Amino acid sequence: MLPAAAIAWKYVLAGTPEESPNYKMSDHWWSMLIDIPKCIGCGNCVRACAAENDVPEGHFRTWVERYHVTDYDMTNPEVISPDGGKEGFPAVQEDAGKYFFVPKMCNHCADSPCTQVCPVGATFVTPDGVVLVDQTYCLGCAYCVQACPYGCRYIHPEKRVADKCTLCYHRINKGLTTACVENCPTGARQLCDLKNPNDPIHAFLKTHHVQVLKPQMATGAKVFYNELDGSVR
Amino acid sequence: MNRFRDTGHLLRFAALFFIAFAVFLVIRHFVVPKTFGEYGHYRGAAIAEIAARPVHFAGHQTCETCHADVLAIKAPGKHANVNCEACHGPLAKHADDPSITPPKLDTAVLCIRCHAASAAKPKGFPQVDAEQHAGGIPCETCHQPHNPAIAGGTK
Repeated sequence: MLPAAAIAWKYVLAGTPEESPNYKMSDHWWSMLIDIPKCIGCGNCVRACAAENDVPEGHFRTWVERYHVTDYDMTNPEVISPDGGKEGFPAVQEDAGKYFFVPKMCNHCADSPCTQVCPVGATFVTPDGVVLVDQTYCLGCAYCVQACPYGCRYIHPEKRVADKCTLCYHRINKGLTTACVENCPTGARQLCDLKNPNDPIHAFLKTHHVQVLKPQMATGAKVFYNELDGSVR
Repeated sequence: MNRFRDTGHLLRFAALFFIAFAVFLVIRHFVVPKTFGEYGHYRGAAIAEIAARPVHFAGHQTCETCHADVLAIKAPGKHANVNCEACHGPLAKHADDPSITPPKLDTAVLCIRCHAASAAKPKGFPQVDAEQHAGGIPCETCHQPHNPAIAGGTK
């Protein structure tokens, strides 16, 4: 509980204890901003996520892909993600074509396909816009794993139930940021609260070329990518 | 003349129906969790259960309550916005009990994770070929990791 206490203490010291986080679900609508030009592909987010959430070996709640787009074949980029980018990427010597990194994670869709197919109501969108799995209720039928157009879910190899990014729900409701955002050294990831009028995301979305993944699927994806290349699938 | 003379079989059927309905309600009461439907078609208590999972990364706000000296070293340098645990690893246990000391870090591994030269990285990001740059000397021989510019002083 210390991290939450430390954050509350900051407000107590400032003389405004009433502003310290007192979490109310209806006050938030969480999303994430990923700034492609800032990502260096170090894999810190992937390692942090695994450490924070006990992600089983070989499965990923977030991972990083490296795209290589050549001038003659713009529509067929070469995409690699060795071990989810956990230990970084092999160095590139020659500079032909375009390289960039795309961190991926659950898009916490507002109209998520994964929650619609669950036969038992084990996965759901919370009132603050986070897609979660009730692991005591999940049957492990993997319908949701198939339904996710972004490939963000997996069946936990030991628990045999669906598992996915929780947007570090246990952290954000204490006023902390997610493990991936906390550990991104370049600020390529930002946690955003769309219901907070003072969140810098609003100004950012107005002034930048921001996209979501697979907008044609009308999932209401809430992970925004700044300067995303058209070749990204 | 009693028009309902032969309705006994209907009443028996209705009684059976009500008993079955009552049994259904009793079973439903025990099988469906208390908080199911609190917010939607799911168990409302699941939200609080997920929210109660343990935190491993204490967060830079927590680190800064004790380590203000390091914060002062970092502030003018390039690493000012790199959070403590991005290099030092998850230290919520240390934050709860400072007698648990964090593991020693190896700059030879740590710096290279971000700064190894690769044409795939954004051009503006500082990158070095460690072998050419220092010939295997640990980075911290010359660079203070909290403020890595050489003017920032050696460790």
